[in-house]
Amino acid sequence: MNWLTNIIRPRIQSLVEPKEVPDNLWQKCDACEGMLFHRDLKNNANVCYHCGHHLRITVKERLALLFDGGQYEKMDIPDVPFDPLKFKDRKKYSDRLKDTRSKTGLKDAMTIAKGTIKGQPAVIAAFNFSFMGGSMGAAVGESIVKAAEEAIKTRSALIIIPASGGARMQESVISLMQMPRTIIAVEMVKENHLPYIVLLTDPTTGGVSASFAMVGDIHIAEPGATIGFAGRRVIQETVREELPDDFQTAEYLLEHGMVDRVVPRQKLHDEIGTILDLLMNKKRTPSAPKSEQEAA
Amino acid sequence: MNQLDFEKPVLELEGKIAELRHMNSDEDGMNIAEEVERMTAKADRLLQSTYSKLTPAQKVQVARHQNRPHFKDYIVELIEDFTPLAGDRNFAEDHALIGGLGRFNGQSVMVIGQEKGNDTESRIKHNFGMTRPEGYRKAQRLLAMADQFQIPVITLVDTAGAYPGRGAEERGQSEAIAKSIESCLRTHVPIISVVIGEGGSGGAIAIATANKVFMLEHSIYSVISPEGCASILWRSGEHAQDAAAALKLTAQDLKSFNLIDDIIDEPIGGAHRYRTETIHNVGIKIQAALDELSDWDKDKIVKDRREKFLKFGRDI
Repeated sequence: MNWLTNIIRPRIQSLVEPKEVPDNLWQKCDACEGMLFHRDLKNNANVCYHCGHHLRITVKERLALLFDGGQYEKMDIPDVPFDPLKFKDRKKYSDRLKDTRSKTGLKDAMTIAKGTIKGQPAVIAAFNFSFMGGSMGAAVGESIVKAAEEAIKTRSALIIIPASGGARMQESVISLMQMPRTIIAVEMVKENHLPYIVLLTDPTTGGVSASFAMVGDIHIAEPGATIGFAGRRVIQETVREELPDDFQTAEYLLEHGMVDRVVPRQKLHDEIGTILDLLMNKKRTPSAPKSEQEAA
Repeated sequence: MNQLDFEKPVLELEGKIAELRHMNSDEDGMNIAEEVERMTAKADRLLQSTYSKLTPAQKVQVARHQNRPHFKDYIVELIEDFTPLAGDRNFAEDHALIGGLGRFNGQSVMVIGQEKGNDTESRIKHNFGMTRPEGYRKAQRLLAMADQFQIPVITLVDTAGAYPGRGAEERGQSEAIAKSIESCLRTHVPIISVVIGEGGSGGAIAIATANKVFMLEHSIYSVISPEGCASILWRSGEHAQDAAAALKLTAQDLKSFNLIDDIIDEPIGGAHRYRTETIHNVGIKIQAALDELSDWDKDKIVKDRREKFLKFGRDI
């Protein structure tokens, strides 16, 4: 074996051999294992068209689905001190952060955007799960504060969309302090009588679920999303009892009184829009009576 | 036996001293009193040198020491007429978190905190200080009561974390913690928190969103236990010592980042050796904090607490 066989031959082969179908055109549904064609999946808001399983969706696609006409204005997320604890595990946190930034093109695990939903002004703060598991550190906390301030300034509703494993361990107690901090942020929105809606997506756990995510005026969850405080494995190891299959799913939380509604992704724009309209547009011209509408 | 490995040389010396004292009527001519004195001085020096350079991992051990004074010990020493108030009025009484009215240096106060228990039976009763949703909902109820009657609140934090169990999840552990933090933030009377042992993550901050937050010298406060952190980030629990250091969980670390207001000294040798002295130090600090906040009006108290927590992560 030498550089000829190692490098040149594969290159030549790749030139002469017919190109295979790229993997990313088709993918398997995590739940039913049905094959999904990428274009059909995208047109179905990343929901499996065989079984209805909600696959993860990028923040960009998510925002396009929620805002009217897919139109919105992105806001910069604020700067915070960089790795103040100088955290190091097997790798330096500062390196991890830099790598993740260059890999994702994001500054941290949060995107803030504003626009309208069914005509009502809304600020959305959405977690990027692809950025260190959507974990909450100072940057995420500061972004939520900024989103809340923007909602108040522009008399908009605040919608936060967690997709997060919880606190960012590498920021230790600073990440813990984001729990009260984010609660203060949403408290300010409430004091201004503006709606604060939480859209719980997969996953919402740990310090994220135990702070701003559970004090919304309205809690909406996506079907099948994992929502809970302690992880399933931790609970099994602690209490050593069998847990039901649907433990900590959105539907389970609905049955236990923790969320208001479980809404399929394709209907989120409509449902959230209606709620905002009801809360922010309290008087409107009555529609024609139902009977007349049907006749027409 | 609950011995700390790094205290072994001291404990051995102390054992020898006790033995010597026991044979004080020995007739071999050796001056036992002198020897005892010499060895006691040596033990003191050893203790001092050990405790002046405890590693973070050692502090974790000290913070969890079973002889360390727990919630109930503080009540006995510091609070008169303590009247525990039970139940969340919805589902159950949670013995992991105790709360009630009492008098601290003559002043009516609401005291809330986790109790870990000190023997097998009481540990089980108190669920090792791991609070369920009902405990946090009881805390919310008592915070509202303190607000209603304008009574300052003292919270003593000592928990490995909120209880991870099926029932706790079903009854909304996350919501209970979140609402407990929210209740702290809405309370118009001073809240003084002291981390007396372990400040375990969400389970701790739920009752520690306070105007003044103090930590005992060898207590710890962290977003995750060193063991948990090691198993996730190092993929092995064996790295708990490294995790303890990386997490910056000691009182000294938190003070250096201004995440707490102050450190309360423990006598050399730790709270588990000098229980009453430690509790006394805590009492002095709480009184000083109450004095400082005594003439603040209710809006200033809420505003101060908010501003304090809003800056964490921004200015560090």
